[in-house]
Amino acid sequence: MSPGAAVGAPPVGAGHAPPSLPPEPKVTPMKKITIDPVTRIEGHAKIDIYLDDAGHVADTHFHVTQVRGFEKFTEGRPFYEMPSITARICGICPVSHLLASSKACDAIMAVAPPEAGAKLRELVHCAQFVQSHALSFFHLSAPDLLLGFDSDPARRNVFGLIDQNPEMAKMGVALRKYGQQIIEGLAKERIHASWIVPGGVNAPMSPEVRERTLAGLPAARALADKTLAFFKTVVDQFQEEISNFGTAPTMFAGMVDRDGGLQWYDGRLKFKDAEGATVSAGMRARDYAKFIGEASLRDSYLKAPYYKPLGYPAGVYRVGPLARLNVADGFGTPAADRELAEFRQRCGPVVHSSFHYHYARLIELLHGLEKIERLLADPSILSTHVRAHAAVNCLEGVGMIEAPRGVLIHHYKVNEQGAITWANLIVATGHNNLAINRGVMQVAKHFIEGDKLKEGMLNRVSALVRAYDPCLSCSTHADGTLAMEIALRGPDGTVLDRMG
Amino acid sequence: MPEKISIRIDGEYVAAQEGQTILEVARASGKYIPTLCWLESITPVGACRLCIVEVSGVNRLLPACTTPVQDGMSVTTHSEKLAAYRRIALEFLFTERNHQCAVCVSNNHCELQAMAQRLGVNSVRYAYTFPKLPVDVSHERFVLDHNRCILCTRCVRVCAEVEGAHVWDLSSRGIRSMVICDMSKPWGESRNCTNCGKCVQVCPTGALAEKGFAVEEMVKRDAKVTRLASRRGGHQ
Ligand code: SF4
Ligand code: SF4
Ligand code: FES
Repeated sequence: MSPGAAVGAPPVGAGHAPPSLPPEPKVTPMKKITIDPVTRIEGHAKIDIYLDDAGHVADTHFHVTQVRGFEKFTEGRPFYEMPSITARICGICPVSHLLASSKACDAIMAVAPPEAGAKLRELVHCAQFVQSHALSFFHLSAPDLLLGFDSDPARRNVFGLIDQNPEMAKMGVALRKYGQQIIEGLAKERIHASWIVPGGVNAPMSPEVRERTLAGLPAARALADKTLAFFKTVVDQFQEEISNFGTAPTMFAGMVDRDGGLQWYDGRLKFKDAEGATVSAGMRARDYAKFIGEASLRDSYLKAPYYKPLGYPAGVYRVGPLARLNVADGFGTPAADRELAEFRQRCGPVVHSSFHYHYARLIELLHGLEKIERLLADPSILSTHVRAHAAVNCLEGVGMIEAPRGVLIHHYKVNEQGAITWANLIVATGHNNLAINRGVMQVAKHFIEGDKLKEGMLNRVSALVRAYDPCLSCSTHADGTLAMEIALRGPDGTVLDRMG
Repeated sequence: MPEKISIRIDGEYVAAQEGQTILEVARASGKYIPTLCWLESITPVGACRLCIVEVSGVNRLLPACTTPVQDGMSVTTHSEKLAAYRRIALEFLFTERNHQCAVCVSNNHCELQAMAQRLGVNSVRYAYTFPKLPVDVSHERFVLDHNRCILCTRCVRVCAEVEGAHVWDLSSRGIRSMVICDMSKPWGESRNCTNCGKCVQVCPTGALAEKGFAVEEMVKRDAKVTRLASRRGGHQ
């Protein structure tokens, strides 16, 4: 069709009745989608426990919502759209997806972001850690710790915490706010920041944001110190939980730099075995498939990553705060290093109890604030050279970062013109899946009688799962209690009992 | 010298010249009529139907951008009925393709989105069609994402009338219509495209964009193209 010319004059004054209002559409109206705690339970944090013929626990399956159909709906999209698309996967840790995805895009463009661009990404990442760890500790873990694991479940949540210990609840809000403000100051949008882009970031940092962030630092630091000190005074009261709480030994994986120091933004993945011996010193992102296998589980779309050289299921490993502390030689910041030394003194060189994810998280929170201070002190962070531009220079790219919950990997393949042809994501809760399963198995053995689930099981299993801080949107109610359903199944899969 | 005539717009007498469209006269007298496919100094086609107006004595709604004025005409630009039909026209645009604003390069700089906000369309009452459409990434500098195309044909007209390359056309009919390049080639293989980028700058949505622009980064500069067109004595 060629560009049309103006149409001719309409018949004027034809004398018909004037057109009337259009009829209301007859099609079924769009359904209103209400997201409330009830809908969030559906399909989230479901646990299946299988019994064998003899009535013993044979297998447990922990299901969480995973990224599905992802390869399909991104197929054909320009690769540089991936950060914003993948950031939508998760409303809780969009910054982590933005970073992992942008790093995969950097690899496709074969560029390294300019120094300030990389530092700003790291800064926003630290801010994300601070706010995420604060949320996890104060809103999800603190109620268990302060009010007791066996206190009334109706009150064992963030509201109960506010009633009983308003001071503690306020500290949590303040710390989280500090992290959020940094993200907001840099990215202008707290969630789904469009500021992190392939090649770097899309705007430099203004001196005002730097000043403001520095000004808030001492107060945030004081809160982090106070929280950690508090935790250390109560941790010994939880001996029972510590020794029964997902204690099955596993391998650990965490990102480190060349000197073995803990890294969140960039580095190589180090694997240690259950005894603490290093089995892989430095896996590069692009070699992940040589080290990480992905098993498919029965009745589940969740992939279970395992350490390939050991095979499945022997290669179960854990990621996240505790794993990072177990594999790293140190933090490289003084206060966190002091705390790490004390942590090792108290808990040993390799810590297996999942209860200590809480402890590890608080030390990391401190490190995050130290790191923010260090990054801001560097004058080059204000440089306006923050983004590298390039087209496709490589048909494949892998981006790996440490998200607050553990290693996150984005892997894309593109055609020469830059359209995505294939994508794979490994998220933190995925890595921990097998370990969580083992933990559930440990609990299940104590809480199953014949073909019945015993009272108290839900509490223990929730607390166990919560220690891993699996992605909130997948597994919790709005008030911070865990939405979970446990089914006890016979060898043929029939449901024998249910709770949740 | 075109003849001077007089028409009424929303009850007000305004001076006009024979050969002008209702839209031109309305704009000259400072009256707002919503438009999407229309572009200053480019031939109007009446594709989007947002500029519909009521003309007294006419039993159907007429697009202001293509309807010439006639002496004594009385035009209504805003009424409950017009608002209802404009709303439907917009809703259909949203249901016909996949407009995922949140991940779009043009988010916050999009004429379709802005129009929806302006006309108060914050929900769609019809079923989405979710068509499976390709993204043409074959051009070295630009991308065409059919998922975001509203078939306004601005690209078609600007390329033919201003750049003189006539790369774009429409294929098929009705809901199957698609913008095609060089009679159906990947854009990157076009022998006519001069890489001028004019189509990209006038596209009202994120359908045409520069490569490498991340979400929200694509801000269009259509005024550059229309200024050029008017200096060359484009459509009046
Ligand atoms: S082109 Fe406009 S309406 Fe379509 S998705 Fe993009 S922002 Fe939304
Ligand atoms: S590509 Fe853009 S300018 Fe061309 S018809 Fe589609 S929406 Fe209009
Ligand atoms: S502006 Fe008149 S029909 Fe589109």
